[in-house]
Amino acid sequence: MNIVVLVKQVPDTWSERKLTDADHTLDRDSADAVLDEINERAVEEALLIKEAQGGEVTVITMGPDRATDAIRKALSMGADKAVHLSDPALHGSCAVQTAKVLATLVGTVEGAELVIAGNESTDGRAGAVPAMIAEILGWAQLTQVRKLEVDGTTVRAERETDTGIANLEASLPAVVSVNEKINEPRYPSFKGIMAAKKKPVSTLTIADAGIDASEVGLANATTTVLEAAPKPPRTAGQRVEDDGTGGTKVAEFLVGQKLI
Amino acid sequence: MPAERLLPTTEAHDLVALVREIARDELAPRAAEHEEQERFPREVFRLLGRSGLLGLPYPERFGGGEQPYEVYLQVLEEIASAWMSVAVGLSVHVMSSYGLATFGTPEQRERWLPEVLEGQLLGGYALSESHAGSDAAALSTRAVRDGDDYVVTGTKAWITHGGVADFYALMARTSEDRSRGISCFLADGRTPGITAAPPERKMGLTGSTTTQLVFEGARVPAERLIGAEGDGLKIALSALDSGRLGIAACAVGLAQAALDEAVAYAKQRTQFGRSIIDFQGLEFLLADMAAAVGSARATYLDAARRRDRGLPFRREASIAKLVATDAAMRVTTDAVQVLGGAGYTRDFPVERYMREAKVLQIFEGTNQIQRLVIGRELRR
Repeated sequence: MNIVVLVKQVPDTWSERKLTDADHTLDRDSADAVLDEINERAVEEALLIKEAQGGEVTVITMGPDRATDAIRKALSMGADKAVHLSDPALHGSCAVQTAKVLATLVGTVEGAELVIAGNESTDGRAGAVPAMIAEILGWAQLTQVRKLEVDGTTVRAERETDTGIANLEASLPAVVSVNEKINEPRYPSFKGIMAAKKKPVSTLTIADAGIDASEVGLANATTTVLEAAPKPPRTAGQRVEDDGTGGTKVAEFLVGQKLI
Repeated sequence: MPAERLLPTTEAHDLVALVREIARDELAPRAAEHEEQERFPREVFRLLGRSGLLGLPYPERFGGGEQPYEVYLQVLEEIASAWMSVAVGLSVHVMSSYGLATFGTPEQRERWLPEVLEGQLLGGYALSESHAGSDAAALSTRAVRDGDDYVVTGTKAWITHGGVADFYALMARTSEDRSRGISCFLADGRTPGITAAPPERKMGLTGSTTTQLVFEGARVPAERLIGAEGDGLKIALSALDSGRLGIAACAVGLAQAALDEAVAYAKQRTQFGRSIIDFQGLEFLLADMAAAVGSARATYLDAARRRDRGLPFRREASIAKLVATDAAMRVTTDAVQVLGGAGYTRDFPVERYMREAKVLQIFEGTNQIQRLVIGRELRR
């Protein structure tokens, strides 16, 4: 079975992340860029299915040139090939535009029956793109998945949300988004890093992919960020001396914060 | 702040990124506990093996990474910043593989090198004896030919991975000639007659097992002789030239970790109403620490680049070992000073760094021996 994994290069959550003042899009220069951790789990899940059932894993990303680093990471874990859509016109695209573009790219992968993505990126955090792609492609959608099983043409999944756990079943083709409980991603090996250099990566512009410039980019986005403020600096906290009333004071603090 | 590295290739860049991830997520969180409990982390070496990090400087066709020393040593430095015992263990493993990789016959390399380089087997280096430290040629462990085997009797000292290693690069005496009577063997750690004494109770590197290794009529097959009979000391000293570069890189990693800890503390600790880094007395101390780390790194990288180009590097390796380990001692000691009382407690890692730094000035040739090597090279 041929599987497509959608990956995204994001600012490292270990570094300070910022938006640019000019247009409130991500300031890509302010932080180290890494393959989003949830995408490593998506790649891992695809590799597990491939190792058990055969097939090919294709990684798709949309992002600037330096997103090749994120692609190489996925390839060094064991994915077979990659498609990289890189075009200045994509700058500032919204979730809907992104979903349309990615759905178009999925269509270029021969024999793709299953798309696996992270449930939400650590930067944009819309958490809607996988479902949108399923809608556009007319494929089944199984989102927020913590356990996945592919049996012939049937996909079974445990979906976990704040409201509880649902058991889902669908026929291929399907789009699956995974949460952080799905697996523990493997580390690449140095052999994998060397092998990744030789794996095919097709780099496309939007014109190559048959996408019209008027459908993408900040100017044509369906959503607009009007204002952005950095998170307030961490405050000093409150020190409680335990003179026998420490427990009560901690409880009062938690009640005050509406935590209990 | 991780050091900004100038690396020669994309794969070296990706390799260092992988190592930083493993160091951050797998090594650093476990280091303090293992060191405190004096527990050897065998499983960490399995992970390094699976990741292809145990054979980086050796040929790809035997399962190695075929990386220049310039890259391998920077990997080692990154690991040392997270966990010194593991970095030293990796350096020792690479040094223990050196004889086989460099002087082994094609048959020996085909047979043993892949599992050594791919990390299924962990190595130890058995040269020193209690009376033969700096004077390695004084060693008296004997290997006597008997049919298809050598029968080995004697006691080796200060063996990193003693009792936990799967193989040992063993130097033993096969004739009375002081320096040409020593031969090198690749001894299987499970050979009957090889036993490890209880681990030494060390000042630092307590997560790494160091023991005496006792050979009581251990039969090592003759096919495990590396090089010719009598080549042992030459092989051992040649391995040490490269091993010293490894220790220099470990020293820089440790010093970098101490510097990072000291800078972070000096920024957040306030006295007299301001951060202590804003007092010039401390600022200059930190600046000197940074200068020591930077110059030590430049020194080992220069030696590594010479080695990678096939130039002689014995003198440069000794200079790098001397400069980097003295720098590590000074920087870790000063890091304790910057943290003050906190630095003297086990709640912070810098007192451990200081204890770990001391041995760097002692093993793989004391720093006095390094001066001897440098002096001898000057006199040529």
